[in-house]
Amino acid sequence: MKIVTTVKRVTDPDMKVKIKPDGTGIVTDGVEYRMNYFDEYGVEEAIRLKQEHGGEIVVVSVGADASTKEIRTALAMGADRGILVETDEELDSDAVARVLAEVIKEEAPDIVLMGKQSVDTDRNQAGQMLAAYLGYPQATFAFELKVADGWATVGREVDGGTSTKRVKLPAIVTADLRLNEPRYASLPGIIKAKRKKIDRKTPGDLGVDTANRVNVLQYEAPETRAAGQIVESVDELIEKLRTEAKAL
Amino acid sequence: MGNVLVVAELQAGVVRKVTLDTIAFARQAVDVIGGQVHVLVLGDGVDAQAAEIAAGHGADVVHAGNGAAFANYIAENFTPAVVQAAEAVDAEIVCAPSSMFGKDLMPCVAAKLGAGMVSDATEVFDDGGVRFKRPLWSGNVITTLEVTTPRKVATVRTTEFEAISGYADASVQAFTADVGARDDAEFVSFDQVKSDRPELTDAAVVIAGGRGLGSGENFDMLMTLADQLGGAVGASRAAVDSGYAPNDWQIGQTGKVVAPNLYIAVAISGAIQHLAGMKGSKTIVAINKDGDAPIFEVADYGLVADAFTAVPELTEKLKSLGIGS
Repeated sequence: MKIVTTVKRVTDPDMKVKIKPDGTGIVTDGVEYRMNYFDEYGVEEAIRLKQEHGGEIVVVSVGADASTKEIRTALAMGADRGILVETDEELDSDAVARVLAEVIKEEAPDIVLMGKQSVDTDRNQAGQMLAAYLGYPQATFAFELKVADGWATVGREVDGGTSTKRVKLPAIVTADLRLNEPRYASLPGIIKAKRKKIDRKTPGDLGVDTANRVNVLQYEAPETRAAGQIVESVDELIEKLRTEAKAL
Repeated sequence: MGNVLVVAELQAGVVRKVTLDTIAFARQAVDVIGGQVHVLVLGDGVDAQAAEIAAGHGADVVHAGNGAAFANYIAENFTPAVVQAAEAVDAEIVCAPSSMFGKDLMPCVAAKLGAGMVSDATEVFDDGGVRFKRPLWSGNVITTLEVTTPRKVATVRTTEFEAISGYADASVQAFTADVGARDDAEFVSFDQVKSDRPELTDAAVVIAGGRGLGSGENFDMLMTLADQLGGAVGASRAAVDSGYAPNDWQIGQTGKVVAPNLYIAVAISGAIQHLAGMKGSKTIVAINKDGDAPIFEVADYGLVADAFTAVPELTEKLKSLGIGS
């Protein structure tokens, strides 16, 4: 079974993000980066699928040259080879999906595993757009994945409970948090990853015009809530909630 | 061009409140771009739901699209129907709630319409053209966006919009979509979590617990408090990751976004990713034994106390005062 999994280099979500004073973007100096959390679940699931079914895992990233670090991390976890589609532009999800669609057409995998969203831009669009562009079925927000007889049966997180969907391969599956527990790269894995191949392409090589359909005009900080007060007892809390906040 | 098309969300055949909130967004949008608010309801036997949506909630025309292919939601069958409806009503903006339903469906619609897409829109306004605002980076950044395509797709952060009532009733029309069911995707089941408590995103009161509670059993005291106040119970991602609470309860950037009238955070430290999911609440109470926990920075009322004594005490005192049920 051939598996494609995608990784995005994102700013470390545990660090406080700072906005440039002129509102044209975020401050990138001194910022640390890591693999998007949700993509780790996608990579892990790819490794588990390969252990069960055999095959090859190709890890793909669309982004700046530095994204090779996140590709190497996935290779160290257990992916077999990497592809970087290199661009320094800030692409919208639509452009990313159109780039990935060309890579998928070339690679012709049985399944594509992606994170459900990236924790920087929080858009949650690329996987679904990719499915639409390829004409593949999709199963988003997966917490359980079973593959047999050319179909994937996917347990999905939905509002109000869970849902089960079956999709015929090739299909796009996006990972949610309960899907698995991503492994850490082992030392031998890290050493092996150094010898694994990363192909480089550009969107132009793939014939994709990456003009964005959505432009960001301004970045700003959200309104902050006014500082609250510390109450000394449960009685005082109830009193304030009744008389001041009128919340009870 | 004008006109807004709202894709209605039903859950097990019931109109979700987020659908009505999204219609409120659509009214804000037609104030900017002009035209009418159309709502598309897809299902197999949804005339009653179409009539319910048409009853004064801000829509001008409700389209009831009945068909066997829509009996249960899957993106593969809904996408072509929404695309056809968007073209039929010449919608400039096509939107749905930013729920798991809308998040799953709308990127497919955008790709098929050749439209740019805005996720989690909190505002639509005019500034020399249609502009949208949305939060990102866990709600720590707000961006203003311009969509360059003639049609625009959005999911709506419904906690920012209040459902309208008392508006003129909409007309209801039948909508016939030329959609054959796909043979490469099948809905199998929806396993609804049955609960006497309100759903998290609809509840007026939310009691949420964090990893500081130490075990799943200790969420019981939150449930007792929630039942006293007619509220729902939620959890931080840390508590969900620790196995104390189901994923369905998770509040935050990677879970649900809530904005109840009263939010009580118990033993939650207040990680950025959690705050992103509850900062919009009207009144926030934090109960935590660590007085330096970041949750106190967003709380209107902070009680530095051990949850295991404070929460039962709060429940008992509310009960004796006759507050809640």
